[in-house]
Amino acid sequence: MNFDLSEEQQMLVDSIGKFLKNDYDFEVRRKLAKSELGFSRDNWKTYAELGWLSVPFSADNGGFGGSTVDLMLMHEQFGKAMVVEPLIPTLILGGRLIELLGSAQQKETLLSAVIQGELQLALASNERIARNNPAIVGTTATAAGSDYVLNGEKIVVLNGAAADKLLVTARTSGAVDAADGISVFLVDANAPGIERTGYATVDGLRAADIRFTHVKVSAANLLGTAGAALEAVETVLDEATLALCAEAVGAMDVMYKTTVEYCKTRKQFGTPIGKFQVLQFRMVDMFIAHEQSKSMIYMAALRALEGRDAARKAISAAKVQIGKSSRKVGQEAIQLHGGMGMTDELNVGYYFKRVTAFDALFGNVDFHLERYTQVA
Amino acid sequence: MDLTVKPEYRQFRDEVRAFLADNLTADLREAGRLATSVFHDVERSMAWQKILHKKGWAAPHWPKKFGGTGWDVVQRAIFAEESLQADAPAMIPMGLHMCGPCIIGCGTQEQKDYYLPRILSGEDFWCQGYSEPGAGSDLASLQTFAESDGDHYIVNGTKIWTTYAHYANKIFCLVRTNKNCKPQEGITFLLIDMNTPGITVEPIIGLDLVREQNTVFFDNVRVPKANVVGKENDGWTVAKYLLMFERGGQEYAPALFHGLEKVKEIAAQEFGSFGGRLADDKTFMRKVAEVEIEVTALEFTENRIKAALGSGQSPGALASMTKILGTELSQRITELAIEAVGVYGLPQQVDAIQPGANLPFVGPEYALTAMPRYLNTRATTIYGGSNEVQRGIIAKMVLGL
Repeated sequence: MNFDLSEEQQMLVDSIGKFLKNDYDFEVRRKLAKSELGFSRDNWKTYAELGWLSVPFSADNGGFGGSTVDLMLMHEQFGKAMVVEPLIPTLILGGRLIELLGSAQQKETLLSAVIQGELQLALASNERIARNNPAIVGTTATAAGSDYVLNGEKIVVLNGAAADKLLVTARTSGAVDAADGISVFLVDANAPGIERTGYATVDGLRAADIRFTHVKVSAANLLGTAGAALEAVETVLDEATLALCAEAVGAMDVMYKTTVEYCKTRKQFGTPIGKFQVLQFRMVDMFIAHEQSKSMIYMAALRALEGRDAARKAISAAKVQIGKSSRKVGQEAIQLHGGMGMTDELNVGYYFKRVTAFDALFGNVDFHLERYTQVA
Repeated sequence: MDLTVKPEYRQFRDEVRAFLADNLTADLREAGRLATSVFHDVERSMAWQKILHKKGWAAPHWPKKFGGTGWDVVQRAIFAEESLQADAPAMIPMGLHMCGPCIIGCGTQEQKDYYLPRILSGEDFWCQGYSEPGAGSDLASLQTFAESDGDHYIVNGTKIWTTYAHYANKIFCLVRTNKNCKPQEGITFLLIDMNTPGITVEPIIGLDLVREQNTVFFDNVRVPKANVVGKENDGWTVAKYLLMFERGGQEYAPALFHGLEKVKEIAAQEFGSFGGRLADDKTFMRKVAEVEIEVTALEFTENRIKAALGSGQSPGALASMTKILGTELSQRITELAIEAVGVYGLPQQVDAIQPGANLPFVGPEYALTAMPRYLNTRATTIYGGSNEVQRGIIAKMVLGL
């Protein structure tokens, strides 16, 4: 057993760490989150130049051929700086789904554009009736000659407003909750009949509700075989969940360390409050929660290499553990910062909101507990 | 020992219910329904206070001779419960619940005659000047200094976390009048007009992106010595009297039950991940039940305290216990609410819930308030004496540790 990083992995982590340290401090992040777009196109170009956008894709498709371990290591770093660029939506939910389902031609044109930083993607899968279960799809795709017509509504689509193209799950057959009959279509985000309502999210990212009204899609833009997309959609959602878990672990790392530093300097009753044993024990628990969570992303990234069922079980386990731990660490970080933790001024509040949003995304603790018990 | 409700209380409840039905406009109910903090929309809250004042109900907990209702604890609880059910805006507490009782308990006849009617009518809007940047949990270490100058003080210093200072025309402060004694002994309780030259107010924006709090700066502010409540250097006694009201004067259980009902309403409307509604999801509903049971325990703890108060005892350190339980349970309920609304807790739409905003929003209306409430409610275990301080009080005063 060995948890050492390879030379290549160490270089990747160092390169991300260096960029974030020099060019992505809290004030920079705060400004980007408040900007009209919500992230920086210049940064995106830089990520392309540094090769980060190629990490999840195989060498055959012009990628770095990174594994789930590389993905995890990368996103733990991104989580420490709460990076706002839409890496998960474009690379994993969008790009990886194209890699899994697309034709050779679709992969060649679209993935090279993604890797070069020229294409923004979003996966429109979640619906009000689905509550994060990708098998529940009310959006329909009806065949009409050589085209399909999409009707339905998708909610809280990450990067939905900035995306150039949308990957939309829609039902070509079957009941609303049937595993079979789900297809993925690639549509131009500005196609007629698409109405996007974009907004900022509580953690400073961007999302959109998207309504599809008689949207025409040519059969050429069906990804993969009609009605057989669920497994691939679940795979990319799992990979995205792993990446998001790693980001939450990065955020927890900053939160517990920031809290320890604050309690060393904040004086009340004539002494730094970190001298009070009751607070020390709580910070110790925050430290332990972070270590346990970090173990879970290592576990999940490694088990994910062992096949689909192992991946599903491991990633659900990580989402449960980190969902609970990150909430606890976040709440304690606010409490121990006192009034200052409640303001829009300190970074701790931003991390707290980030991990709060984390639990709601891709299925919360309850959802993954249920799924964990269902996987053999 | 029994739980029967006397018939006169049932009549009273009917009377309250009828009054609320007749007087709460849709606009006022919206303010109550969409509130995400214990501090409700100022304009609507003050409008409702005027209506209550006309009826003589603005201060249920004040003695009758000062303009209160003369209600007993049971009647006050009924009024609070019915007001919650009807989505009435909550009274802003700084005047009616904090400064008022303090003046009643420790003020001069002149202060009572002048200030109390103005608090009841809403003519004066008070804010509370206690905490300072260096004096939070350790309130007695406050440094704002009031230097004697004939029949005036000259006040210099900084107060922080001053809720609604930007609406207030008055502030009640704890200031230091003697530096050469034990910290608690040199503090004076002082009423200050916010329009006095030398006072500036700067906003503090919260996690929920709402401006509720402020920092208040005092730069050579002249205050008449006639504005001292109690005696000079005896402000700590006055403050403790007031904190008793801040902590012990309220009951948590009715609002907690109300919050749980809202969670159940959301669960009945939200879809489950594996079929049915969220209300059919046993994992989620068990968590709701667990919290409900704890709230029931608190309800009866509060009833026991209420019964003791009815026979003339002081809640004392027990107020610290209900503060701990009430605030921590309220946080768990807001947590259940954000779980219930799921991804619709994410859109940042705080502008859409300002009363009268009429802005478009995504998702169901009940989701709009869930996240701001969760964020805002984190403050409840910090303010009014943090829950760590409350536990310290019980350890010392009750357990003798």
